[in-house]
Formats: sequence, structure tokens, C-alpha cells
Amino acid sequence: MLATFVQAIDFEEERLFKGNAGTITIRVLSSTDISVFAPTITGFLNTNPELNVEYLVVGSADINTLIRQSPEQYDIVISSAMDLQLKLVNDGYALQVDTIIHPEWAQWRQSLYGFTLEPAGIVINKQHFSNIKAPTSRQEMIEVLRENPDTFKGKIATYDVRQSGLGYLFATQDARDSETYWRLMEIMGSLDAKLYCCSGEMIDDLSTGDMAIAYNVLTSYASARADVADEIQWILPSDFSNVMMRTVLVSKQTEHRKSAIAFVRYLTSLAVGNPTAKEFALPSLRNAATQGSVISLEPGLMIFLDRLKRRTFLNEWESAIIQ
Amino acid sequence: MSSSVNVSGSLRRRMALSLVIGVTVLTVLLFFIIRLYATQIAQQSQDSILRASVTSMLDAAAIRDGEVAMDIPYSSFSMLSTPEDDRIFYVIYQDGDLLSGYDNLALPEVHSDGSVVFRSINFMDAPVRQVSASRVLSGLNTPVLITASVAQTQDNLAVTLRQITRNAAIIVAGFFLLAMLFSVWATSTAIAPLERLTHSIARRGPADLSPVARPVPSEMVPLVSSLNNLMQRLSRSLDQSEDFIAEAAHRVRTPIATVRSHAETTLQRVDKEENRRALRAMIRAIDETSRAAGQLLDHAMITLRASQLSAEEIDLVELMQEMVRSLNPIAEMKDIELRFQFDSRVYINGDPILIQNAVRNLIDNALKYSPAESVITITVRKNPKPSIVVNDHGPGFLHDEKTGLTDRFARGRNSSGTIGSGLGLTIASDVASAHNGSLTMDNNKEGGACVTLSF
Ligand SMILES: Nc1ncnc2c1ncn2[C@@H]1O[C@H](COP(=O)(O)OP(=O)(O)O)[C@@H](O)[C@H]1O
Repeated sequence: MLATFVQAIDFEEERLFKGNAGTITIRVLSSTDISVFAPTITGFLNTNPELNVEYLVVGSADINTLIRQSPEQYDIVISSAMDLQLKLVNDGYALQVDTIIHPEWAQWRQSLYGFTLEPAGIVINKQHFSNIKAPTSRQEMIEVLRENPDTFKGKIATYDVRQSGLGYLFATQDARDSETYWRLMEIMGSLDAKLYCCSGEMIDDLSTGDMAIAYNVLTSYASARADVADEIQWILPSDFSNVMMRTVLVSKQTEHRKSAIAFVRYLTSLAVGNPTAKEFALPSLRNAATQGSVISLEPGLMIFLDRLKRRTFLNEWESAIIQ
Repeated sequence: MSSSVNVSGSLRRRMALSLVIGVTVLTVLLFFIIRLYATQIAQQSQDSILRASVTSMLDAAAIRDGEVAMDIPYSSFSMLSTPEDDRIFYVIYQDGDLLSGYDNLALPEVHSDGSVVFRSINFMDAPVRQVSASRVLSGLNTPVLITASVAQTQDNLAVTLRQITRNAAIIVAGFFLLAMLFSVWATSTAIAPLERLTHSIARRGPADLSPVARPVPSEMVPLVSSLNNLMQRLSRSLDQSEDFIAEAAHRVRTPIATVRSHAETTLQRVDKEENRRALRAMIRAIDETSRAAGQLLDHAMITLRASQLSAEEIDLVELMQEMVRSLNPIAEMKDIELRFQFDSRVYINGDPILIQNAVRNLIDNALKYSPAESVITITVRKNPKPSIVVNDHGPGFLHDEKTGLTDRFARGRNSSGTIGSGLGLTIASDVASAHNGSLTMDNNKEGGACVTLSF
């Protein structure tokens, strides 16, 4: 019955990576695209040929629901929504692993391990900015938008924070950091900003020129897209930028405890080392492009998941951006 | 002369043992008190942060657009961040209806007077500290009661407690060591006066029966005063015995001397050979009696003095010379020559009166058993041991008898015909052992007895 239930779930992507002598299969539930993660899994299976890895991709909000519904179905959870991940650990869904050595700032309760550093930034379509100076901060972006309403009307992209866990995280962190965020949202709202679920689609629309500017996009996605490098350009706001960590945890109810821990150990050791792009397609913990402030793994993150707090925030956000 | 003492335990050990037990009990007690106290303080600091957290949550509650809004500040949770990454749970109720948070986190009874309720419970398989408070919001038609509760796991507290326990253990161990050193010191200080007393009594001369004069701790006063008492009584009784013996000697000798002189005067006046013989036998019996009485008293005196030997340095040569000179007249009456010889000056520690007494008995014996016209040699020797040797040309000792002759009243088979009480050698041997010396009886190769008194 469980099997049929699992079948019913609509994964965005799924693939079974087979080890050379694979007998045990560990199931990884992730919000990261297969294309980005495949080299890492292949590298892991080379050193652990007795394992198979079933890689399942869904949105970060769905990850949260799936794990809470059937925690025994998955061995490993990878997500970009740090707040949801932290709450999973807080609520006892993660296995505490004493044997993994990881920097204190990049882990929580020896259960949740951050393994990337990815700043959120502004991404622009170069063509639209041939006559306009590209903004380097939120304040400049507000000014640029205010001065050129005709150019940007209907051409501003940002996350729909109601749908995207990562978008919500960036938005709440922005709102914590400065009032400028709300002024930016207001002006974006007045210019009919388009709301997206994911970074990938924003970058697609930017590269075609349908969109001129996107706010709070993962710059790692932008820089990873070599195919559109000529059309777009990413900017880290000089006032401040939030840096997100992708995090991994081992499900407490995993049946393959040792193999799952081996996977996390492999991933974290890559993250603190100097991995090549072949092994690890994401910015590791040691990458230099992180002058922003890393969102810290601390219980404060859970505040924005509170029902009342979320309702208040979304009300405010909607009234700013949907006019 | 040391006699064995029945030993039961040791004061020092008993004292050390009770100190050790006391210190151990105190140490353990101290450890638990420190820990209890530190635990309370650690718990209090967690409680005060939890209180601040729940208060800031409640402060954020407000009525907005006709319903309760709660913009909980970020700090409500971030202030609960700990090095051990403790987990946080919370729940918010509006008049008993769940507003937000963990619906399975049970609430204790909370009064709306602003008081804060703390308790320790288990939640999600972990021990947590829970704080709850409530607040009344007015602004709607009826006032609403908002109740909030925050719970935090105690991992960090446990780590703190482990550290405290370790530090407390170190402190307490140090305390224990110091206390142990102190007990050792205290024990020996307490015992010291007793050891000093023992020392001073053991060092005294045997004749020193004076009371202990040095100050002693009050606890030892009864012991020392009864000791002093005992010594006083002993000293008095020794004095009395000596006085008595001297008095007795006097009382016995005088009437005997009187009887003897009567007998002699009578002998001069009597002509009849038969009567003269009887009188002479009488005089001899009187002499015998007198001598026996003298020796008996000497023996008693020696037994008395030997137990409290008054040792002074004496010049053996001079002592013997003097004695030989005084005995010369008696020897001459028997046509015996007393010859004195020595190789060097010999000094020993001893009681001159006792030594004189012993040697006089030896020379008396030699005179008794020597034939007339013979020589008795008295030699003072230094090596191998300081000793006095009396040689005569009499019959010597019988081989099978030598050992028993020093017993009281023991006489040899060769003694028939001589006057004696069997006490002479006993006295000499007692004097020898009082000086830690010995008396040996032997015969010369060319005949005659050779008695050696060595010290
Ligand atoms: N100089 C000596 N020569 C031979 N025999 C001796 C001599 N001195 C002592 N004796 C023997 O030792 C015995 C004990 O002597 P002593 O104790 O002096 O008692 P007594 O009063 O009989 O002399 C004597 O009876 C005698 O047999």
C-alpha cells in the first residue's frame, strides 16, 4: 500500500544511480536539480560501489510535507530551505550523527549540515541595460526602476514567496535586515512584477529578454548557466546580500543508517575541501564569492514558519507587491 | 627490665581514622552541595532566558483588524540559541483555542495575572524546561486571553552540569587532599605531648622517681598526676624499706655483738676444758649467725637497690685497692696473703656499694676455702670486658656443681666444715646482673677457684 502511495507522488525529476555492485539503495529527497547533483552522486558511488542512489527532486515545501508524512520512506533530505530543514531537525526528524566533523557555524545539532554557500542577488538582461547604468545596490535598483517605469513595466521578476520556500526565506531575511526591502517590493508591485516559483525559470525568461531584471535570484544558478552567459549578468547588492546554505540531513527513520551517513560524510568533506567542478557543481563552503552575510543555522529561523508570523508577513508582502 | 604491655589499637590510628572518615563524609557532602547549588543557578539562568522569550512573544500580540495578530520578534527564538543547539517548542492559545505552534505541547494551569509558570516535562522524547504565561488583550467586544508557552531541551544545561560536576570534583579533591594533610598534621600534634612524656620518663635514671614537672595538656593531667602519685608512693616505700633494712641490721647486730662479747668474757674466766669447748662452739655459732644475718640483709638491700641502680662513674682499681687493704688484717689472721694486681685504670658505671659487697663475698669465700700460708690474687682487668677476678689455692669448685651454686641458700658439698649461708655467690651474681654483667665460676689449672665478676 505504501508502494502505491509512493508511486502516486509526482516528483519533478527522479533517477536511479547504480553503483557497480549496488545492492542497497538509499533514497535521497532533494530540491536540487539532478543535473547539478549528478557528478557528486557519481563520485560517491565510485567510492561506495555497493550502493545505489535513488535521487528524487521536489520543491522545498513539498519536501517538508513528504518527510512529515512518511519519514521512513527517505534516507537523506537535501533542501535549500534552511528554515524548513531546521524545523525538521527541531521536531526530531533527523538523525544525530556524532562522527562527522563539520565547522560549527555550518551545522546544527550535529544533524543538519550546510554544504554550499550561495548568495542571492540581482540578475539583469544586458540588452535592456545598454543605455541604463546597472544598479549595484537595492537603493540604486529602486532609483533605476522609478526613473524608467516604461522600460521595466511587466519586466521585473521575483519569487512568489507564497510558493517558494527559498523565496520566502530570502524575503524574510531581507525584511529583517532593512526597510529598503519593503520600498523595493512596493515599487516592483507598482510595475507589475511577475512572480516565479523557481530561480531556473526566472533565468530562462531573463535570457530570452522577456524579463529585464530579477531580484533575489540565486546567483549560483545564474553563473552555472554557461549557455546564457552572454545575455545575462548577475550583481551582488553592495549594501548587503543574504547567503544561503543548502543543507543535508539523515532521516531518523532511515533503514540504511551507515550508508546514509557515508553519503553525508562524502558530501560534507567535499564542501569543506576544494572540490573540482567535476565532483561538485555547487559553490562549496570555501568559495570566495561570499562577502554577504550567511544566514545562520539557529532557532530564530523557525520564527517565520510560525502560522501567525507567516500570515502577517504574507499579508504585508501581498499588499506591497500585488496592487 | 622492660616488661611486655598489652596493646589494644593505636591512638594515632584511631584519631587518623576518625579524621579520614569525617573528611570523606564532609567532602562528599560538599560535592553534592556545590553541585546542587550550581545546578540551581544553571537552571535559573535558563529559566530567565525562557521567561524573556515568552514575555517578548506575548508583548507582540495585538488586536489588528478585529483579530489577534502576533508578529513574534526574531529575538524570541534567537535568544534561546545555545552552543549545544537546543531544540525549541512553543504553543500559543487564544481563549483555549490553538493559535499557532505545537498543538501537542501541553499547557500547565496558567493564571492571567502575569505570573510565569515553570516546569520540567518530557516532550518529543526529550526532557524540556517549559515556561508559560498569559496576557489579556482588550479591544474586541470581549477581552481575549492569550496564553503562550515555550519549551527548550536541556542539552546545554546537561553539558554545563557536566562541567560543573567536573570542576566541583577537582575542587573537592583538592579540599580532600588538604584536609588529609591537615589530619596527618593534627594527629601528630595531638600525639606529640604523649610521646614527649614517654620520652622523658624513659630517659630518666632508675632512681629518679621525682614527679613529672613539664607542663602537659589538660587531658593528660589525670594520667600524669596518677603517675606522679604512683612514683611518689614507690619512692616513699623504697625509702622506707631501705630505712627498715638499715634499722633491722642495726637491731640484729647489736644484740649479737653483745652476746658474743659476753661469751668471750666468759671464755676467759672459765678454765674447765669441757666448758671452754662449749663456749668456743657457741662463739662460732654466734659468728655464723651474725654473718648469715648480715648476708641476709645485704641480699635484701641488693635486691632493693638493683631495681633502682644508681649508676655513677667509678674507678674499679681504686675501689678494689681500698677494699683489699681493709680485708688484709682478717687475711693475716689466717696467714693468707691478699695480692692485688691490675693492668690499667678501669672505669665503669655502677653502684660502688653493691660492687664492694659482691667482691667482699667473693674474697670471703676465698679466705674460707683457702688453706693457710696460701695466696689469694685479686685482679682488675680492662679487656676483653671490665672485670674483677678472684683466684685462690683452695680445693676449687666441684665440676658437677658449678651451675646451681648461685641459687639462694645453695651450698656445695665441699662446704662441710665451713661456716656459710649459701648467699655469697647469690649476692655476687645479683650484683653482676644488675650491672648487665655476669658471674662465672671456674677452677685454675693448678687448682683453686677462679671467680670472675665482669661488667
Ligand atoms: N673459693 C671457693 N672455693 C671452693 N668452693 C667455693 C668457693 N666459693 C664458693 N664455693 C662453693 O660454693 C658454695 C656456695 O658459696 P656461697 O654462696 O658463698 O655460700 P657459703 O656461705 O656456703 O660459702 C659453697 O658452699 C662452696 O661449695
